[in-house]
Amino acid sequence: MPEIHFEAASVRVPLPGRGEREILAPTTLALTEWRIGVIGANGSGKSTLARMVNGLVRASSGRVVVDGLDVAREGAAVRRRVGFCFTDPAAQLVMPTCVEDIELSLRRTVKSADERRERALEVLAANDLADHAHDSVHSLSGGQRQLLALAGVLATSPSVVVADEPTTLLDRANTRRIGDVLLGLEQQLLLVTHDLDLAARCDRVLVVDDGRVVADGRPDESIVHYTDLVDATR
Amino acid sequence: MAGLHQPGDTVLHRLPVGAKVLGLAVLSLAIVVVRDVRSAPAFLLVTLLLAALARVPLRSVWRAARGVLLIAVVAGAFQWWWYGAEKAVETFLDLLSLGLAALSLTATTSVNEMVDALSRWARPLRFVGVDPDRVALTVALTIGALPGTIAIARETRDAARARGLDRFPRAYLSPFVIRVVARAHESGDALHARGIGDD
Repeated sequence: MPEIHFEAASVRVPLPGRGEREILAPTTLALTEWRIGVIGANGSGKSTLARMVNGLVRASSGRVVVDGLDVAREGAAVRRRVGFCFTDPAAQLVMPTCVEDIELSLRRTVKSADERRERALEVLAANDLADHAHDSVHSLSGGQRQLLALAGVLATSPSVVVADEPTTLLDRANTRRIGDVLLGLEQQLLLVTHDLDLAARCDRVLVVDDGRVVADGRPDESIVHYTDLVDATR
Repeated sequence: MAGLHQPGDTVLHRLPVGAKVLGLAVLSLAIVVVRDVRSAPAFLLVTLLLAALARVPLRSVWRAARGVLLIAVVAGAFQWWWYGAEKAVETFLDLLSLGLAALSLTATTSVNEMVDALSRWARPLRFVGVDPDRVALTVALTIGALPGTIAIARETRDAARARGLDRFPRAYLSPFVIRVVARAHESGDALHARGIGDD
C-alpha cells in the first residue's frame, strides 16, 4: 500500500490588509491504510487536506510526501500516482463524448490513437458505461457522470485515489453505487465525505474541524467524536 | 449536441483530418465568395450530400440546422430589409450550408483526432517556445466548453426568472460571468489533477 505523509504541513492564505488566515494548521500524519475517510463540517479544511495530496493546494509550510515523492517538488510524478475525483463531475468532464473524455486521460500514457480508443472502450465497458461511449457527457445522469469521472481517473491506474465529496450531488441509490465502487477499489482511497455510512466502511477516519485534525482512529470512534462535535455547536 | 462525433467507416471518416479541414475551408470560402442566389441551393445540396455520405443521422442534421436557423432567419430578415428578397434567400441558405458543412467535419472527426492533428500542425511553434500539445488542447477544450457554458447560461437565466429579476440584465449577466469563471477554475483544477499539461 502506498504511504502518504503529512510532515507539519500547513496552508495559509493571505487576506488583503488583514494578514493571513490559516486554512489548515501544521499537520503531521502517516496515512498507510487502504481506505481512509475524512469527515468534518463545510469549510473545516478537509478538502484542503485532500487537495494537498496531489498538489492542487500547496503547503505553505512543511511538506506532503506520497510514496517517497515530495508533492511540491515532484508534482508531475505524484499526479501520475494519485487520481483525484471531484464533487461536481461536470467540471471534470471536459470532452464532448464519454469515450473522448477517457481518451483524454490516456493521452499522457498511450501515444497511439487507435490503442487509446481501444483502451478507453475497455475502461467504459468495465464501468458499465459501454452503451454510452459515444453519448454526450451532458446527456448522462448525475450518477453516470460521476461514474464516468471516476472511470477517467482509474483509466491511468493510479496507486492512490482521492475523492472529494464524490457523492454530495447524488441521490441515495447513486451514492450507494459510487460508494461501493470507491470502497471496492484495490487502490488506496482517501475519501472526503459527509456521508457517515460511507465513512463507517473505511479502515480509518480523520475528523477535521476548524483547520485541525481533531480525531483520528477507528471509524466508529471518529464518527462518535464528530457527531458529538456537531451536537456541541448546536 | 449536434456536432458530436459519430463513429463510422465512411469515406469521410477515413479521410485524414488535414484533408477534411482543408476541404471544409475551401467549401466555406466558396459558399461565402460566390455571390449568386442560384448557387446557394447548390451549395446546400452539396452539404446535405456530404452529411449523407458521412451517414450523419437525420436527427443530428436537423439539430445542426435548427441551431443555425435562428441566426439565418435574423440575418436573412436584415438582408431582405437592406437588399431585397434575393439576397435574403441567398444569405439564409448560405448560413445553413456553412452549419451543415461544419457538421460533416465534427461528425466524422473525434476531438482527440483533432487534438492530435492540431498538435502536429503546431509543431513549428516549438521553436518560439510554445508547447504544441498545449495549443491543441486549449483549442479542443475551448470548443468542448461551449455546451457547459450554454448550460450555465440557461441555469442562470432560470434562477433570475425564479426571483422575478428577468428584466434586469445585471441580475443575469453578473452571476453568469462569475459562474463561467468559477467553472473555468474548477476545470483547470481537474485538468491539473489529471496531470494534463504536466509533461
